[in-house]
Amino acid sequence: MGKLDSKIPKGPLADKWTKHKNEINLVNPANKRNIDVIMVGTGLAGGSAAATLAELGYNVKTFCYQDSPRRAHSIAAQGGINAAKNYQGDGDSNYRLFYDTIKGGDYRSREANVYRLAEVSANIIDQCVAQGVPFAREYGGLLDNRSFGGVLVSRTFYAKGQTGQQLLLGAYSAMNRQINRGKIQSYTRHEMLDLVIVDGKARGIIARNLVTGEIERHSAHAVVIASGGYGNVFFLSTNAMGSNVTASWKIHKKGAFFANPCFTQIHPTCIPVSGEHQSKLTLMSESLRNDGRIWVPKKLEDAKAIREGRLKPTELKEEDRDYYLERRYPAFGNLVPRDVASRAAKERCDAGFGVNKTGEAVYLDFGSAFMRYGREAANTQHIENASEEQIKKLGQEVVEAKYGNLFQMYEKIVDQNPYETPMMIYPAVHYTMGGIWVDYNLETTIPGCFATGEANFSDHGANRLGASALMQGLADGYFVLPYTIGDYLSKDIRTGKISTDSPEFEEAENAVRAQLEKFVNNNGTKSVDHFHKRLGKIMWDKVGMSRNEVHLKEAISEIKALRQEFWQDVKVPGGTNEMNTELEKASRVADFLELGELFAKDALHRNESCGGHFREEYQTEEGEALRDDENFMYVAAWEYTGEPGDAVLHKEDLIYENIEVKQRSYK
Amino acid sequence: MKLTLKIWRQKNAAAKGAIQTYQLGGVDPDMSFLEMLDVLNEDLVGKGEEPVVFDHDCREGICGSCSLQINGEPHGPDRAITTCQLHMRKFNDGDTIVIEPFRAKAFPVIKDLVVDRSSFERIQQAGGYISVNTSGNTQDANSIPIPKEDADLAFFAATCIGCGACVAACKNASAMLFTSAKVSQMALLPQGKVEATKRVLAMVEQMDAEGFGNCTNTGACETECPKEISLENIARMNREYLKASIK
Ligand SMILES: Cc1cc2nc3c(=O)[nH]c(=O)nc-3n(C[C@H](O)[C@H](O)[C@H](O)COP(=O)(O)OP(=O)(O)OC[C@H]3O[C@@H](n4cnc5c(N)ncnc54)[C@H](O)[C@@H]3O)c2cc1C
Ligand code: SF4
Ligand code: FES
Repeated sequence: MGKLDSKIPKGPLADKWTKHKNEINLVNPANKRNIDVIMVGTGLAGGSAAATLAELGYNVKTFCYQDSPRRAHSIAAQGGINAAKNYQGDGDSNYRLFYDTIKGGDYRSREANVYRLAEVSANIIDQCVAQGVPFAREYGGLLDNRSFGGVLVSRTFYAKGQTGQQLLLGAYSAMNRQINRGKIQSYTRHEMLDLVIVDGKARGIIARNLVTGEIERHSAHAVVIASGGYGNVFFLSTNAMGSNVTASWKIHKKGAFFANPCFTQIHPTCIPVSGEHQSKLTLMSESLRNDGRIWVPKKLEDAKAIREGRLKPTELKEEDRDYYLERRYPAFGNLVPRDVASRAAKERCDAGFGVNKTGEAVYLDFGSAFMRYGREAANTQHIENASEEQIKKLGQEVVEAKYGNLFQMYEKIVDQNPYETPMMIYPAVHYTMGGIWVDYNLETTIPGCFATGEANFSDHGANRLGASALMQGLADGYFVLPYTIGDYLSKDIRTGKISTDSPEFEEAENAVRAQLEKFVNNNGTKSVDHFHKRLGKIMWDKVGMSRNEVHLKEAISEIKALRQEFWQDVKVPGGTNEMNTELEKASRVADFLELGELFAKDALHRNESCGGHFREEYQTEEGEALRDDENFMYVAAWEYTGEPGDAVLHKEDLIYENIEVKQRSYK
Repeated sequence: MKLTLKIWRQKNAAAKGAIQTYQLGGVDPDMSFLEMLDVLNEDLVGKGEEPVVFDHDCREGICGSCSLQINGEPHGPDRAITTCQLHMRKFNDGDTIVIEPFRAKAFPVIKDLVVDRSSFERIQQAGGYISVNTSGNTQDANSIPIPKEDADLAFFAATCIGCGACVAACKNASAMLFTSAKVSQMALLPQGKVEATKRVLAMVEQMDAEGFGNCTNTGACETECPKEISLENIARMNREYLKASIK
């Protein structure tokens, strides 16, 4: 180890993937029956990969901690999935999707991977439609599209605000078909707690049955980690409560490099934090920015009056509103990418223009969309001399058809009717672009251990454009991994069943047991959540939306100290041989407490601002991110050497041969 | 707000359960119901007691994990929402709230408020899918135009989150609404047609094998369904089943 080989195929960009597929070693169908693959995670990435591998003939075991694969966090994705279909005829192409993604990622992703993603994207839609995924359609029966932040074409396919749900149910049904055929064994309510390496190769996992507490050994010829992102290191995020870093962190400790941990996406349109009790944050899909306009009051005294409840936003005259995105970024306006929109909101709120009680919210206003759609509807329905009220109502109906469930969700949480008063939004932690380092085959630095979906680092660079995570998860799972893993497995056709009786399994199991026992016997005084919330606060305040050297150094030492305190003082009631949700959380938070430190260390070493990583020391006079391509155009891949703080940096240089590296501008 | 909580505690599937009473203060009306339980659990852990175990994950009404019977109603008093979307402002200071697991023979209790809903999984594994290879050799998506009305109906059926409230609400513990939503989605789409007969027979057979009760058209399922899955799906499934049986 020590050297990173990205295994990017030679040749012209557009031919790399085809050429690679042609050259990959194939496994004979008869031999596939003798090969076992473990899939940790059944979200879009894991579910689609498991179904495809099983269909190809491999024996697949899937693991997830929920009671059903269908409940994986992917289910929550709202807005949509990109694909370069050019159905709208607005000039889309593989190249343009590739270009937008590289630019959106602030030139910190790998050209070859992103091009492949764009290339297979169209196939994903075909696949999903064949599986019965009910995407939105136009009256003519053809698929409908919308657009998302950071792009100027309509390439996003969607199913109302429940796209992730529908796509995941598609992957889940493909899994079910293989379960029925006996090709997938699905282990639900099971958590992977360690990776087992035999002779330098990943050969299995240690998992805990979350119902009985039993520790189990599972062997396989290869292990795939599809365990999702680690945004919950911030405690508050848009991720599901159980989303965690454990699987990724455990393989990191066993030799998998962790890439760009500090690249975190802060999503601009979330429901603001309302109080101390809050357990998670709720996203309002970015697609709302297609129709909603974002503003704060122009005058400080108006903002103050609104915060104190003396003034209603609807009473504020048009000329007293500051549509700051439209003002600063005339070309993209409200559709600038997420990092830009998030920072702009924070900038206005920090300057005192925030509109909720805590001063950390801006408005997302549909007032003009109601009128615009209403007039259109009045025209098409030939309603003459429609009153303002009537037009507004017609417009609201159109908006309801598009985003009804999001408006309803908002009302339930905030207790305000967003049809009557503009929504309040604020940025929140959403997605982690960093993750396990993988090569072009999606293989980690541990032979036989692969990583897909949000768990890997590969496609999004420093920032992720909307509707591209779903695309990556399914591209990896349906179309990439099932081929590339064959190259590795082709050398394993004579290996035979892998025994779980080896000393390696024994040792890994004992280590897992010891840690669980330590927790339940610890006799501390504070709950797991207590520590998780404190970690989250350090992360948000000092490693959050903008970062500086002083704060990052403080964060590193505070996290170290917190970790020590955790191990001394955490209280985990109950035992290990039963369902014990506190114990589950304790293991996950233990790993977050280590990851948090590496995260801050990564942010500290990167002396530039790019994408989701904004270092206050590096900005232009206008307050925009200032990249340093000369010194930082690389992937930071960290090798574990005993303590997160001692991790060793390896650099994979990023080479742009097909794209001109430019300053990112959305003005 | 101050509340009296009467909560079902059950150590494991084999143990006998019982209602226990807890007093809880400091509840903010802006909290969600599950955040209120978090506060209770924080208290319990502080006292060295085992927290109340309940299923949850997304906390935004989409994963279908959360599954509480609140004052006798699945997902509580509000309509068209899941427990995680229920907020404490729907309750009053001083209220007594009874919290139990979803009850049905086919949903055995695992611990406290957590039940085993894997019977739902097996219904879908029996045939709730379209048999298409995941090979990427499928035809262009727009070569299968689907009338918007059909696509919308299929989508509405497909929004079922598999929570099981319909079963918990039904006096017969029937899984008709859930199963019919799955059958309907595919029955409405051209892609699903070829296997429609096999699908509906296999799914209904599995549903019966799991020990769910019969449907007697009382409609409690539709009333309690957080996604407002319509009873029309049951009618559609019955038609599909009849067609399939006489074939
Ligand atoms: C609210 C929200 C809205 C979003 N909207 C969009 C959108 O519109 N478009 C878009 O492109 N992206 C969107 N995203 C991002 C996208 O949903 C995720 O990046 C993507 O779904 C991740 O998929 P995944 O398969 O990699 O992981 P996940 O879906 O997170 O799956 C993780 C799996 O791993 C399992 N797991 C984890 N740890 C373990 C362990 N130790 N042992 C066993 N199993 C384990 C889990 O049980 C689960 O099955 C959204 C995200 C959120 C939070
Ligand atoms: S039909 Fe409704 S109540 Fe029943 S499982 Fe589906 S969403 Fe839940
Ligand atoms: S926790 Fe996901 S629906 Fe309630």
